[in-house]
Order: sequence, then structure tokens, then C-alpha cells
Amino acid sequence: MSESPLTFGQDATTLKKVPNRMARLPPMKQRYSIFSLVRNALNYHADWQEAWRSPDPKPAYDVIIIGGGGHGLATAYYLAKEHGITNVAILEKGWIGGGNTGRNTTIVRSNYLWDESAHLYEHSMKLWEGLSQDLNYNVMFSQRGVMNLAHTVHDMQAMRRRVYAIQLNGIDSEILTPAQIKEIVPMLDCSPNARYPIMGASFQRRGGTARHDAVAWGFARGADERGVDIIQNCEVTGFKIVNGTVQGVETTRGFIGAKKVGVVVAGHSGVIAGMAGFRLPLESHPLQALVSEPIKPILDTVVMSPQVHVYVSQSDKGELVLGAGIDAFNSYAQAGSPPIVEDQLNALIDLFPAFSRLRMLRQWGGIVDTCPDASPIIGKTPVQNMFINCGWGTGGFKATPGSGNVFAHTIARGEPHPLATPFALERFTTGYLIDEHGAAGVAH
Amino acid sequence: MFLINCPYCGPRNEHEFGYGHEAHIARPTVAQYEQMSDAEWADYLFMRKNTKGVHFERWVHTKGCRRWFNVARHTVTHEILAVYEMGKPAPQLDTEKK
Repeated sequence: MSESPLTFGQDATTLKKVPNRMARLPPMKQRYSIFSLVRNALNYHADWQEAWRSPDPKPAYDVIIIGGGGHGLATAYYLAKEHGITNVAILEKGWIGGGNTGRNTTIVRSNYLWDESAHLYEHSMKLWEGLSQDLNYNVMFSQRGVMNLAHTVHDMQAMRRRVYAIQLNGIDSEILTPAQIKEIVPMLDCSPNARYPIMGASFQRRGGTARHDAVAWGFARGADERGVDIIQNCEVTGFKIVNGTVQGVETTRGFIGAKKVGVVVAGHSGVIAGMAGFRLPLESHPLQALVSEPIKPILDTVVMSPQVHVYVSQSDKGELVLGAGIDAFNSYAQAGSPPIVEDQLNALIDLFPAFSRLRMLRQWGGIVDTCPDASPIIGKTPVQNMFINCGWGTGGFKATPGSGNVFAHTIARGEPHPLATPFALERFTTGYLIDEHGAAGVAH
Repeated sequence: MFLINCPYCGPRNEHEFGYGHEAHIARPTVAQYEQMSDAEWADYLFMRKNTKGVHFERWVHTKGCRRWFNVARHTVTHEILAVYEMGKPAPQLDTEKK
């Protein structure tokens, strides 16, 4: 993990011990700017304020959010900012952003086929575009473009259908010829003699990447500033449910009462739902990713190939960041099998022969909660005053601000946000599925 | 990487197998599905146990004998605790140790 000045406050060894009654008061946050950076540089970065408090849990809250990943933190942030609900706790069993938020490949896009998804992901994209300013925290959102390659006639047909659907929804998307692709990504093997020749691509120029840790930390800082208690190392072990209405949660730090509970726990959604006594249409799978050794700038966009089956981008540190599909089996182990890694490296070298000389640095896995229709579930649960936001599967990072925004609305009003309404759990009973396996892309 | 003991071919590399998800989901009979509500259909078609612990699941030896069978596997340790034929009931396992 890099030690840029903006992340200095998260280093546990630098946190000053304060008594917890002091920690109860949300302090005024210092503004981050070029001037504060210079001023703190003169003091060897020893005086940065901590980005959030670590209070003990209160006996009860208006809202408890279970899960301190990007989506949970964003939910708490927007609850406080847009709905004035600040008596909120986020319960995180590990540490902030230590799950899928810190394990994804940081890609942001809104090129989805169906109206429901297009509107939801575009809502998120618009929030991304102002997020660093809104949070006063540089999330390093870089609109470097996301390119999806087509290798067969059928790829081209499906791609055109999706691009036109996206355009009709007022979202930017275009079709590139092989010559245009070659101009944007000179390293790509665009020759007609390639094993899977590239016939075209769809391109969303507003898509790109963001710094995933900064997203978690920025939302945490913003929520904390507005009075939200972020409680780490606090695992939920059960619920108190009376007459079908949730009254609070049992945790490893004791019982905490709550008027409303929002569940945002990604891969462990099924486990939490089991504690509350209902079932979900989810299966948890490992999704693996890996990074190469850092190299000079070579790839200034995101390239995906659903057919050859890999996607790759280059991080600001110079590492190639790549991923592909889930491991087929159910797992909670945050680790997958080597054949998945081998397959995606084969695919990478098919597309970029020059990358065959690179060495890979790190490989890891996260647990994703996949839905039968590759779309998320946002809304009410069979338990009164308990809400759930899950099923983002392999592509939740891009939705972080939008997901938090519509989920906060859903919790605050007790009714789904208009953009979230189609994504209710009931769609599996009504049959109104939102099949996004195509747009979900490489990861399926 | 799993070493899966195919009941017909013996131990083989995971790469030879396909995954068939949760086992022992009983397909409704004709008499039942005349009576089933939408919620019951949703439960049969979509809702899954997604167990954290010992999971009973189906595998197929795609690149071998191409036969289906059941596996009891721990979803955190990935340990395979039992392999048994299609149609057999789930074995009683000592799950206390995990």
C-alpha cells in the first residue's frame, strides 16, 4: 500500500490515543488542499489529523449499517448528508475497506444494456464525476475510457445492440474500428492473423478507474465528520427480531439497538440473511485479480475482452492490473484456483504479445455475491425495518457512490429510491429479472 | 487447486471438472407444480443455501467420464469431505471439527 501524504492518517501507528468520551465529538475536519499538503510537508507529515474516530458503540442508533466497505460507507455518508440522519453506526467485522473495496480492479463504467441498469450505473457515474470535490478527498477518478473488444460476428452484433441501447439512454458509448483501436492502444495485437482477430470494440470515454482505497477512506472521513460512528472489529453475530421487526443487532461487542438496519456485506449477504431468517438468490464465489511488476506508462485506457477473457488496465503506480472470471465453485475463502490465473494470463498474451516478458507481482481473491441475473438486489427484506443491498457480483466497485446514494434514500424513506425499485428482491418472484450477463462483461 | 476423487475415474485435477452448484434441490413433481405459488417457484428456481461451511454440491467430470456426482466440500477450507453418487442422500458428517 502506498504511503502518499493523504493516506498518512490511516496508519494505525500514528494515531494519537484519545479518551473515548473525546472521541464522541465529531471534530471539525481539516480541509485537504495543496496548501495543507505543503504545510504538513514542512512538519514531516507528523501533524495530520486522523481521518475518522474510533468510538465505542452507543447502546442504540437510528440506523445501523452492517459492512464498512465502499457501499456501506457511501450509504452512511449520504444518509447524513442528504437525509440529515446522523445517529448512525457502521459495523465492520474487520477494518474499513479491507474486503472487496480493497480487492477489486477499480474500473468504473456505465455501459449497461437495460434501461434499469443504465439509469442506476449512470447515476453512479455522475456522482463519480464530482466525488473528489464533494468529499474533499482525491479519489483519483481518471476517465481514461473503457474499451470492450469484439472478436466474432456475434460479438459485433451483440456489441452494436448494446451500444445503441446505451446511446438511446443518453449515455456516451461508441463503436471503434480496428484502425481506431490500434491508434488508442498501439500495443494491442490487431493483426488479422491473431488467434482471435479483433473486429471492433465498444468504447465509453467517460469510463475509467478510481483509487479504491481512497474511495473508502474519503467516504469514511465524510461520514465521520457528519457524526457517523465507524466501529471496526465488530462482527454481527445475530439479530433481535420481535414480531417480524428488527430491534437491533448482536455483535462481538455486545447488543446494539437500532430503529433500522441496512445490510451491505457483499459476499457474506447469505450468512447475514440466514441470521435474520430469510433466503437470497445468491451464491458466493472467489474472484481473483493480479498485478504485474510496475513498468513505464504503456496503457492509458481499460481494455476488456469478454471473448478471449481478460481485462487489463495500468495503475498510477505502473502495475498492470488484470482480472477475468470467477472460480465456478462456491467459496468464502478469499482465494481461488490457479487455472483461473493461468487462463487469464494466456488471454493477456494473446492480446498483448509484448506483455509475455512481464513478471506478476501479487495475486489475490475476494468473495463476490453473484445473482442469477447479474444485477444487484436493493431494497426491503421480509424483516420490517431491515434493508439489503447486495448481489453486485463481480462489478460493484463502479456503483459505489450510486449504490450508497439510492440505498440511503431507501433506508431514510422506508421505500425504495425510484432507481432502486426494479432491483427489489421481489423480482425473483414476479419474474422481472434484469439480465445483464452481457454487460457484466469479462467476469462471467 | 482441488484434487477431486471422481467415483468412476479416481482422483483427478480440478481443471477436468465442471461445477453443478447446490445438490439435493428436488424438482417439483407435475402434481406439485400445478399447486405452486410464485414464491414457491422463486424458492425452487433461485434461492440458494450458499452455505459457509460444509456445502453439498454437484460436479461433472467434463474432461473424463462425463458423469455427474455429488461432493461435500467445506467452503472456507475447501476440504473435500465426501464424494458420493447421484441419487444418494447427503451423508451425515462430523461438521463440529470445522
